[in-house]
Amino acid sequence: MPKREAVALGIAAVALTVVLPVCNLLPASSPLAVSNFTLNLFGKFLTYAILALGLDLLWGYAGVLSLGHGVFFGLGAYAMGMHLMLEIGSKSVYQSALPDFMVWNQVTALPLFWKPFHSGAFTLLAIVLVPGLFGLAFGYLAFRSRIRGVYFSIITQALALSAWLVFNRNEMNLGGTNGLADFKTAFGFPLNHVGTQRALYVVTAVTLVAAYLLCRWITLTRAGKVLVAIRDSETRVLFSGYSPAAYKLFVFVVSAVLAGVAGALYAPQVGIITPAKIGVLPSIEMVVWVAAGGRGTLYGAVLGAFGVNWIQSWLTTSYPDFWLLFLGGLFMGAVLFFPDGVVGALGRLTARARRLLTRTGEPGSPGDRPRVALDSSRARRPGVLDRASGAGPQLSQATLGVMRPPSSEQ
Amino acid sequence: MIRLTVLLSLTVWLAAGAAGHAAGAPPSSEVARALADLTTDDADKREAAVTVIGQTRDPKWIQFLSGLRDGSVYARTRAGVTELVVGGSKATRGDQDVIDIAGAYDREPLGTVPLAELKEVPADRRLRLVIKPFLDADETKGQFADPDPGVRRGAAVKLGNQAAAGAAPVVEEALKKEGDRWVRHALAEALALIRLANGDGAQRAAAAQALGELHSESALPALQRLAADTAASATEREAAVHAIRGIQRWGLLTRTVETLFQGASLASILLLMALGLAVVFGLMGVINMAHGELMALGAYATYVVQNWFRAAWPAHFDSYFLVALPVSFVVAAAVGLVLERGVIRFLYGRPLETLLLTWGASLIIQQGLRLWFGAANVDVSSPSWLSGGVPVMVGLTLPYNRVFIIGLATVSVAAMYWLLFRTSAGLRIRAVTQNRAMSSCLGVRAGVVDATTFAFGAGLAGLAGCALTQIGNVGPSLGQNYIVDSFMVVVTGGVGKLAGTILASAGLGGLTKGVEPALGAVFGKVAILVAVILFLQRRPAGLFATRGRNAEA
Repeated sequence: MPKREAVALGIAAVALTVVLPVCNLLPASSPLAVSNFTLNLFGKFLTYAILALGLDLLWGYAGVLSLGHGVFFGLGAYAMGMHLMLEIGSKSVYQSALPDFMVWNQVTALPLFWKPFHSGAFTLLAIVLVPGLFGLAFGYLAFRSRIRGVYFSIITQALALSAWLVFNRNEMNLGGTNGLADFKTAFGFPLNHVGTQRALYVVTAVTLVAAYLLCRWITLTRAGKVLVAIRDSETRVLFSGYSPAAYKLFVFVVSAVLAGVAGALYAPQVGIITPAKIGVLPSIEMVVWVAAGGRGTLYGAVLGAFGVNWIQSWLTTSYPDFWLLFLGGLFMGAVLFFPDGVVGALGRLTARARRLLTRTGEPGSPGDRPRVALDSSRARRPGVLDRASGAGPQLSQATLGVMRPPSSEQ
Repeated sequence: MIRLTVLLSLTVWLAAGAAGHAAGAPPSSEVARALADLTTDDADKREAAVTVIGQTRDPKWIQFLSGLRDGSVYARTRAGVTELVVGGSKATRGDQDVIDIAGAYDREPLGTVPLAELKEVPADRRLRLVIKPFLDADETKGQFADPDPGVRRGAAVKLGNQAAAGAAPVVEEALKKEGDRWVRHALAEALALIRLANGDGAQRAAAAQALGELHSESALPALQRLAADTAASATEREAAVHAIRGIQRWGLLTRTVETLFQGASLASILLLMALGLAVVFGLMGVINMAHGELMALGAYATYVVQNWFRAAWPAHFDSYFLVALPVSFVVAAAVGLVLERGVIRFLYGRPLETLLLTWGASLIIQQGLRLWFGAANVDVSSPSWLSGGVPVMVGLTLPYNRVFIIGLATVSVAAMYWLLFRTSAGLRIRAVTQNRAMSSCLGVRAGVVDATTFAFGAGLAGLAGCALTQIGNVGPSLGQNYIVDSFMVVVTGGVGKLAGTILASAGLGGLTKGVEPALGAVFGKVAILVAVILFLQRRPAGLFATRGRNAEA
């Protein structure tokens, strides 16, 4: 890991895991106080950031665009939600040992697949294993038959739609449209207690830092290099004797697990999980976090998840009609004008500023890399004859450790 | 209605200048007794009375029954004689409520009397149920005279379902006059149903046999009751059992044909949507996520044209759809052109980015529609020539709108083939699809081909949206409901060959309708996804994959 990034990560980690919760402990009159609401909101954003990390690893590094990550998020969240529902016990509205919605749906006995979720240990295992195994099965079928590019994206989108439809059904015994809600305690701690929420926040922040380290470690290994090579030319990787399918499957499972963990942390903090988090739109929104923040950088994904959701929580309360317009504009703008996201744009900006200051700037200096790279990817398409530089895919890193914006393979 | 009648007869009465009144046509003694029975408290007697009055089939008595049902019939006792009158408009004069009353049969006005002098003849639910068939029979008489065979058929089916004994003469009479084959069939079925419910043993056996020959699905419950009825004779039961078997065999046949038709109809919808998508994908490698919203634009264009016709030429309202078809094509094509020239052309060769970009565009169009037209669904009414259906066999009517969509899809495919393989523009499209660089070298302006093709694909989406207004709801999220399905068609069909798209939509449409009865809509969709994934195991690039060195380009 570059030294700069290590330092930045250290500062961010301390700020998120220590400073923020401590500020939350301060009395409300203090100028540095962080309200419970803000901390909770941050906790939610952090879970999104965990998911975005996995998605960035998959899309930004391996060039595999999944439009169905909401499903894995949902699997983790529902696994956690089921345990929390069972923890309520007979303190529910109907005072039955069964969750309220089952009483409502006239289910008399707890369905078999709910029973193991009484155990906290099993639940923690399920949070990792259910999305992981599902991702493994789905990814195996998809990558083995070399479904890639837009084909893969469309199949995952169909997966998101199907999963959304299925989770909406009452006969699945997962709460139907209303999902799982009204949790009382998490592993014995009352959820309406400030301390529990603070602890959940700290757990989430620590998980995010750990997930970041895991993803960074993956990108720094040889496997990480192969992933980038797959992104830039899968065929060449195949001809070089590697099996792209195995690498893609590995990274797909990692990102599915991260999404599941994110979901599991999301459920107790937000207090509800519904199929609305699983469908096509939320799944593709997750992609725009990564796109807006900056692909192939990891920290871009984290920043994107934070930034976009911050804007969303502001817009949907102040100007609800304009949120979708903004989101659409963000999609188009991120793709057209900031292909390397905010992080890339900032990198270019600082590079240009430095060039102006030192007056040594010339075309082709590292700061211009991303744009050149864009053109080269365009030129690789036969028939686009303008500005053809013949430059092949580049694996170099620009200043600040910014990865070149990925040019996705067909 | 009653008030109008009262008013009319009032005019007549004033013109005649008659101060007194005669008792109109004196009711027959049977009816007179029934009228007297109506005022009693004995429910059975009252029911019998209504039947007697109804069976006169005298329009004036039917009107009286309608008044009785609405609670406007009163009894008044004058000089020890109770007579029935029909109340008209009420008013308050001084401190008492008064009411205009008229004679029960001929509605001749009897002046205005205090309400307190009258006693309402109540019509409870039981009585209303007895009255209803007579009123319906009277109403259906009017319907049987309707020039539209669909209305006549509907009336016959309704009478058959009610199976009231009183309706038999009406049906018999209509059957004598009827010329249309399907209406005759419905009438015969209705008659048999009525006889089965009300006739004696021999009649019932004959009716059961007739129903079996008529393949009457709606008679099944009644026939099953008869077959299990121990009080019925062996002949009757045997006739019923025989008829049931025949009907069930026929039902299986009609359901098979119906499923096939529904599959074809769904396949046509998928095909209409996927055609534009597939051509653009084949040509430019672009998955247009805004395709669904272009469809929604076409649907809203239809809505606007409809409103415009309604306001400007209500007389020609039925022709609005013919205008809406090209308009929706042009609107969607124009937006598509703007999209292609404005943004998409900068991203050729980067399909995933284009996918996200068009998704962004779709969100904007969708929200724009929501802000402009409102979030609620808008109402697009079918032109009269698309409502109703064509009966093809007993128990199976194919709705015109579905038939129309199948026709539209066929025409679109034919036009597409003609365009691609018989015109020079098509030649250029195929050339660029096969080898963009080589085509450019040979002087084909690839950019122009891209733009026109994209606009054409968008126009097809608009056309599909226009057609969808006839079978589904029109709302801002119209596109979302179908778009994933049409992507599946494109993925399954593969790139570059129209035949792949056609086969895939036929396959997915047929499969969906085939598994839906067993699995339900939701799990049917899941089954389709699994099927597509398994299919892609064998053919990763769809039915018709591009082969050779271009495959990896």
